[in-house]
Amino acid sequence: MYRRRVSPLHAARAGVTSLYGLALVALALASTHPLLLGAVAVAVVCAGVLAGVGPDLARTARFAVPLAILLALINGVVVREGLTVLARFGEVPPFGQIDITREALVYGLLVALRVIVVVLAFGLLVATVDPDEVLRGMRRVSFRSALTAVLATRMVPVLTRDAQRMDLALRARSDLDRSSAGTRVAVVRALAAGALDRAVDVAATLELRGYATRRRAAPRARVPWSRHDAGVFAAALVLSLLALWTVIAGAAAVDPYPRMTITTTSATIVLAAAAIAVALLPFASRRGVGDAL
Amino acid sequence: MSTLRLEHVTYHYPGTGIPALDDVSLNVEPGEFVVLAGLSASGKSTLVRAACGLVPHFHGGTFAGRAHVGGLDTREHGPGGLAAVCGTLLQDPETQIVMGTVRAELAFGLENRGLPASAVARGVEEAALALGVADLLERSTHELSGGELQRVALGAALAGRPPLVLLDEPTSQLDPVAGDELIWLLRRLNEDQGTAVVLAEHRLERCLAHADRVVVLRDGAIACDAPPREMLEWAAEHEPALLTPSARLLARAGLRPPPSGVKEARATLRAHGLLPDPAQAALAAAAGAEDDRAPRRRLSLPRRRPAGPEHAVAARGVWQELDGGQTVLRAVDLALAPGERVALMGRNGAGKSTLLRHLAGLQQPTRGSVQAAGRVALLLQNPGDYLLRERVGDEAPPAALERVGLGGLGDRHPRDLSGGERQRLALAIVLGAGSPPAALLLDEPTRGMDRAAKGALVSRLRELSGAGVAVLVATHDAEFAAALAGRVVLLADGRPIVDAPAAEVLAGGWHFATETARVLAEDAPAAGVLTPEQGGDLLRARMTIEVDA
Repeated sequence: MYRRRVSPLHAARAGVTSLYGLALVALALASTHPLLLGAVAVAVVCAGVLAGVGPDLARTARFAVPLAILLALINGVVVREGLTVLARFGEVPPFGQIDITREALVYGLLVALRVIVVVLAFGLLVATVDPDEVLRGMRRVSFRSALTAVLATRMVPVLTRDAQRMDLALRARSDLDRSSAGTRVAVVRALAAGALDRAVDVAATLELRGYATRRRAAPRARVPWSRHDAGVFAAALVLSLLALWTVIAGAAAVDPYPRMTITTTSATIVLAAAAIAVALLPFASRRGVGDAL
Repeated sequence: MSTLRLEHVTYHYPGTGIPALDDVSLNVEPGEFVVLAGLSASGKSTLVRAACGLVPHFHGGTFAGRAHVGGLDTREHGPGGLAAVCGTLLQDPETQIVMGTVRAELAFGLENRGLPASAVARGVEEAALALGVADLLERSTHELSGGELQRVALGAALAGRPPLVLLDEPTSQLDPVAGDELIWLLRRLNEDQGTAVVLAEHRLERCLAHADRVVVLRDGAIACDAPPREMLEWAAEHEPALLTPSARLLARAGLRPPPSGVKEARATLRAHGLLPDPAQAALAAAAGAEDDRAPRRRLSLPRRRPAGPEHAVAARGVWQELDGGQTVLRAVDLALAPGERVALMGRNGAGKSTLLRHLAGLQQPTRGSVQAAGRVALLLQNPGDYLLRERVGDEAPPAALERVGLGGLGDRHPRDLSGGERQRLALAIVLGAGSPPAALLLDEPTRGMDRAAKGALVSRLRELSGAGVAVLVATHDAEFAAALAGRVVLLADGRPIVDAPAAEVLAGGWHFATETARVLAEDAPAAGVLTPEQGGDLLRARMTIEVDA
């Protein structure tokens, strides 16, 4: 969850920090080369720690890693390509012939690494971009999307507190077995019904604040670009160009099938080093990071 | 031109045959402070919602008559369009906030009105200063307390400096200190800025002294529209549940006029020679201090080392130290005898709720122990949190429903019950159908309740204690504590600082004292008198003696 912290990423305007996060995502999606993915992972984690959102990223990783491991296993079992067969399981309905190949396993691990990096980069984005700023921008582009986003973002903390209170009430009841499926279903149903009530209340507040008037919001005051706006934007631009170069020039090529080929050249090493250096460049200066936009 | 004008407004919610508002006509002039009073479901909230345009634009239903707010007809202008001429604040602080930071929240309404950036910035600064939230501007809204949230929500409603502010029980979810602060803030806005205020409120003693008029609603219709004193005179005859403790005190003593607050009540008593002159009282107090060590006035510190089977529930040296955080409870010793009724009081964050959870076995102390002679039932603040099923009859066994007077409502949906009925249902759930628990713990059970519902709860809890159930109630409500408890434990910074009879604790302070005790504070012989009935009887006896003499 976003909380204003003293860091260059938080000090920069929301649009610029969003571009920075999306550029890191683009770089992770540009190739499955382990060196490049490792470099982007290092960049994301270091940027998160320097921005003071390391614990947020750790929480995100706890969700991402099991999902990534599952993906790696599925790839190993489902994909039949690859020349190096490690194990044969014969005909297994309904999947057919199951052969575990080294190529499918390795590529599954690379895809898993990519998933982890992408999820972490989005985690960095969520923790460092002010959602209020984004919603203001969205409202100018799409009223309905922004309305949905406002409701959703506001409902998360409200429902979290509701769920905590309901859990406590459940523990205070001696007549229910908390672990039974029936109780769980009843709790989910009650929470959902409560969520509707809460959503209606929040929607009433939005009405009262004039959100539904569809009057075009006046442009906001022009805020001069700070050094952090410029620094983060420059980093986002260079990271985007690096992602483009990776795709166009094939600087970090991986060819998994039929035999795994991972091409590592000096360009790949430069690319990985540049990704880390450029991503961390905005943290070189901390002057004025405590200012609010 | 009236700031708010309702002409013969009748309104039905969708699918209902009974009108929520029935031929209501009302004018509110610029700069007026109007209080809406009435029992639960009398139509106060609906009137506020009709004035701000939520009725009928948001809720639907059938609307007849006309409502004009700042000259705008609510038939033609919805809530968003009316936001420029009236700010609105509803009950629940959590759903009144839609943005992530206080600054963004204050700016939100102004931006939606398409104001230029400089006007938005100025509106935010002025609202922040007027509402005393300037130091919160950069804070995340999810870090704020309930009182802070409600002040920020009021700031957001007032950021465009509308000439009218409508409030629907804004203090019902707040502790008394935060509630009083909000009412004082409204008074300041009303006096300094000339903002007209329409405030729907249950606790009239909190706001009558500030009101120009009180409008009483009954079954959706206006039953009385008069200045506070006249309304209290009307209420004494027609709706006694609306009388404030001061008014009940003087009415019981046969004195008039009814007071709108503590100050007026004291003045009336002095005029009748029933309270000492303030200077004499101060001298007497000083003499008392010299003489001092007046044991009657001293409050005892608890040292009831609990143990043994004679206690229904007992905490022995209970500590709660958060990992990497603060200490919530510090060596708490507290024991309740079977059938005992105890009030647990203290400011927010003192550790009341945590102590209840420890006594109910929902939390384990980091040091110390809790012993109970049997099952300990806990009723949390929000009864809705206990309700999981589609039928009342599925939530609790028939015997338990009978015990709380809900025997005939087994087929109703729990969410269709009134607030008081929901609480009774939650009580039936925690009490169960079998043998009664050794102890019943209740956390702030009177929030948002009118006096009639509080009285019913007191009766129910007295019945339970008569059956041997120890009752412990965490509450901010001194009147409720006085009506229920024989003993009061005052908690501060996680430890009991006072544990004494209610007559001692609730008669000797500013905050932890009943209104009757505050009225009679300068009257030494009245020490220990807590309820209007006790005070009224004392005053009558005194008047009889004077007449005889």
